[in-house]
Amino acid sequence: MNLNLDFSVVLERWPSLLDGAMVTLQLACIATVAGGAIGILCAIGRRSGPPVVAALCEIYVEGIRNTPLLVQIFLVYFGLASIGLQLSAMTVAALALTINVGAYTTEIVRAGFESINKGQIEAGQGLGLSPAQVYWHVILLPAIERVYPSLTSQFVLLMLASSVTSQISAEELTAVANYIQSDTYRAFETYIVVALIYVVLSLVMRAGFFGIGQLIFPRRRRLGTPL
Amino acid sequence: MSPAPTSATGQDPAVRLSDVHKSFGTNKVLDGVSFDVPRGSVTTIIGRSGSGKSTALRCIDRFERIDRGEITVCGHRVHEPSLDLRALRLDVGIVFQSYNLFPHLTVEENIILAPTAVKKMPKAEARELARRVLAQVGLEEKLHAYPEQLSGGQQQRGAIARSLAMQPKVMLFDEVTSALDPELTGEVLKVIEQLAADGMTMVLVTHEMAFARGIADQVVFMHRGKVHEIGPAAILSSPATQELAQFVGTGL
Repeated sequence: MNLNLDFSVVLERWPSLLDGAMVTLQLACIATVAGGAIGILCAIGRRSGPPVVAALCEIYVEGIRNTPLLVQIFLVYFGLASIGLQLSAMTVAALALTINVGAYTTEIVRAGFESINKGQIEAGQGLGLSPAQVYWHVILLPAIERVYPSLTSQFVLLMLASSVTSQISAEELTAVANYIQSDTYRAFETYIVVALIYVVLSLVMRAGFFGIGQLIFPRRRRLGTPL
Repeated sequence: MSPAPTSATGQDPAVRLSDVHKSFGTNKVLDGVSFDVPRGSVTTIIGRSGSGKSTALRCIDRFERIDRGEITVCGHRVHEPSLDLRALRLDVGIVFQSYNLFPHLTVEENIILAPTAVKKMPKAEARELARRVLAQVGLEEKLHAYPEQLSGGQQQRGAIARSLAMQPKVMLFDEVTSALDPELTGEVLKVIEQLAADGMTMVLVTHEMAFARGIADQVVFMHRGKVHEIGPAAILSSPATQELAQFVGTGL
């Protein structure tokens, strides 16, 4: 075995790598916030919406969960182009990732809803809370608290999966890596460095979610229940 | 069986059930149930599992809709589709067997949620109220505890305090001690006895026969979806029907 690694030509491209990492993080943040909102709304739609809405939410979730992310990205990319919408690769990537993670979030939040005991809801109703107040205080907040660890995993997974958007030339970390390795012929070194950067990004995201969790779920903080 | 006469003051009863029918599918759970609960009095509903006693209680707070008959609670015509559900629930407090404190909120937050969200009470005032109702159930020191940090008896007392904070005119208790061991049962029953002494109108479904006898102004014995026997607590000592005699014989 003759392993001859040279990281210097890769590392001297650190500004591009940093840019790529920031774009990846940006994509992850947009998709987390927008996809999280879509997921919560669709979970509510599936649980309490009129049959048509519930069915549409279900079709959306199953459609996304049973097709590859890359194909979804191409569908958004070429779909928008075919109706004459010329959006940047970055916008398309953010859109596709949002649609994707929204479906998975729907499933996770729905599981959270189902874990809420019927007695809890009746207790809220018995106190005179309106249906919307029951939804917010008795169903949504405790459900999100309960599935928060799963949501964290899903959003970190999404950040890693965003590497696929390099296929439509979104300038995220993997796209930058592809460019660097074709330029330097140091493919192995490039992807080692990039893998490490992804690890750091994952840790940053987990730390961020942990911090947010501590902030919005005081019970976890005060009782030391692990998130 | 005809409804019991209204209270001596001549007021309408706090709760009146008239010929209430309710089925779940083909299963007839309430088969013409009628009784009155005079204001300021305590009615206990007893009977075997499946006799319809919990369903009767839940119908009072419209957790179940009745098929036929009439239920009037503090002037609210519960059986009518036009019922103002929110107004009904402001007048009626209900406590369940499984406590149902909200797990993500402290005892204090559990108590102030409804007063602030429903009655728009200022937070400071609601906190003051929380202290007061917790003192009433002997749980002042658990103000900032989470439900999971409390024993079953403490959780149930917290749930009673949460209900009291809405200052209901009628309190319903649905087998509130069934999940508790005898010692914890005692501390919850003491709280309920104090409420009775304070003149709260209450309807209790209970399996605690000694308690039912001690606290009740009126006992309703339900059997197969009907009010089989109704009267003062004394009917438990001298049952008129064989079914009640049998039930008391096994229940005591």
